[in-house]
Amino acid sequence: PPALSSSRPLFKVLSLQACTSAATMVNTPLSQGIGKQGRAKSYHRRGLWAIKAKNGGKFPVHAKKAVAAPAADKTAKFYPADDQKKPLAKHSITTKSAKLRASITPGTVLILLAGRFRGKRVVFLKQLESGLLLVTGPFKINGVPLRRVNQVYAIATSTKVDLSKADVTKFSDEYFKKPAAAKFVKGEKQFFDGSEEKKELSADKIADQKAIDAALIPVIAKVPELKSYLASRFSLKSGVKVHDLKF
Amino acid sequence: FFFGLLSKPNRRRIHTTNSKMPFKRYIEIGRVCVCNYGSDYGKLVVIVDVIDQQRVLVDAPDMVRASYSVKRLALTDLVVEIQRIPKKTALVKALEASGTIAKFSSSSWGQKIAIQKARKSLTDFDRFKVMVARVKKSAIMKREVAKARK
Repeated sequence: PPALSSSRPLFKVLSLQACTSAATMVNTPLSQGIGKQGRAKSYHRRGLWAIKAKNGGKFPVHAKKAVAAPAADKTAKFYPADDQKKPLAKHSITTKSAKLRASITPGTVLILLAGRFRGKRVVFLKQLESGLLLVTGPFKINGVPLRRVNQVYAIATSTKVDLSKADVTKFSDEYFKKPAAAKFVKGEKQFFDGSEEKKELSADKIADQKAIDAALIPVIAKVPELKSYLASRFSLKSGVKVHDLKF
Repeated sequence: FFFGLLSKPNRRRIHTTNSKMPFKRYIEIGRVCVCNYGSDYGKLVVIVDVIDQQRVLVDAPDMVRASYSVKRLALTDLVVEIQRIPKKTALVKALEASGTIAKFSSSSWGQKIAIQKARKSLTDFDRFKVMVARVKKSAIMKREVAKARK
């Protein structure tokens, strides 16, 4: 038993017999794993309160000893009899953007299959981080602006346009995010007037489009009939076997 | 000279002069055919042996000699002078000497095949150019016809 301060009794005096008995110093087992003294009594017996008092109210914490790496040739002393269940490995989930089809390379002419510009032949510029394809008509030729398109809705043709003059590094998914619309409650007057706000394109976007067009149109003009090809729409005709078509 | 002529009877002559049948093209050794069906579709092959009423042994410079159902072959007018089941090198030599493949390519059948092949291999851009050319041509023709009518 640890050194006692004179002001503090070791334990509550329950009976003279219990106080003087040496048995209270030992936790006699009643059965396997069950001692005569419960948790509180054994706390007192062990003097954990005194250790705490000595350490300023908390248990003293010692730095952990550095565990020496076991020698390579030493065999384990203990092997568990049954298989120890291990928790399943958490596979880190990495979302990759859609794999670009081999036939689609920067400069490929694509045929759009759905949406407002279905049937239009457009020039593929690059794949964005989200997996969507950045395309443009060019705008001057067929009215398709810088736009994002899912490659699932595009047929890749074997016609390519030279993109070396075009700078597409500034375009990303952020460029196409819609600005947060100011919420307002429509009054009756406004409702009957009809929505008068027109969505105006920012001057930057117009300038970007013009820059891309300026880079692409001279290149397209060099190839005979390519400009009118891009200006026309693709359509299915009677007697055409689509499964036999080579694009 | 006369004996030389007798020693090599021309089998072809027998067919063409005495025949009262409507058939002009016969299954015979050396007959050049076009494969009509199956994995060798469109290939020019030469009959090198007859197996039975349905099947013939067929060979070409770029294929392994195989037995083919007669139903899968379309006979051409061309016949190559070869012995029964010639060696591959002999077959190639005979084909080159007779210029059979060139003759077939220049025939109307051969030209039709070439046009079909070209059309199938057109890309979308090519198809557009063909369409533009066709429209321009027809415009010119219509103009001339209208002029001639006046």
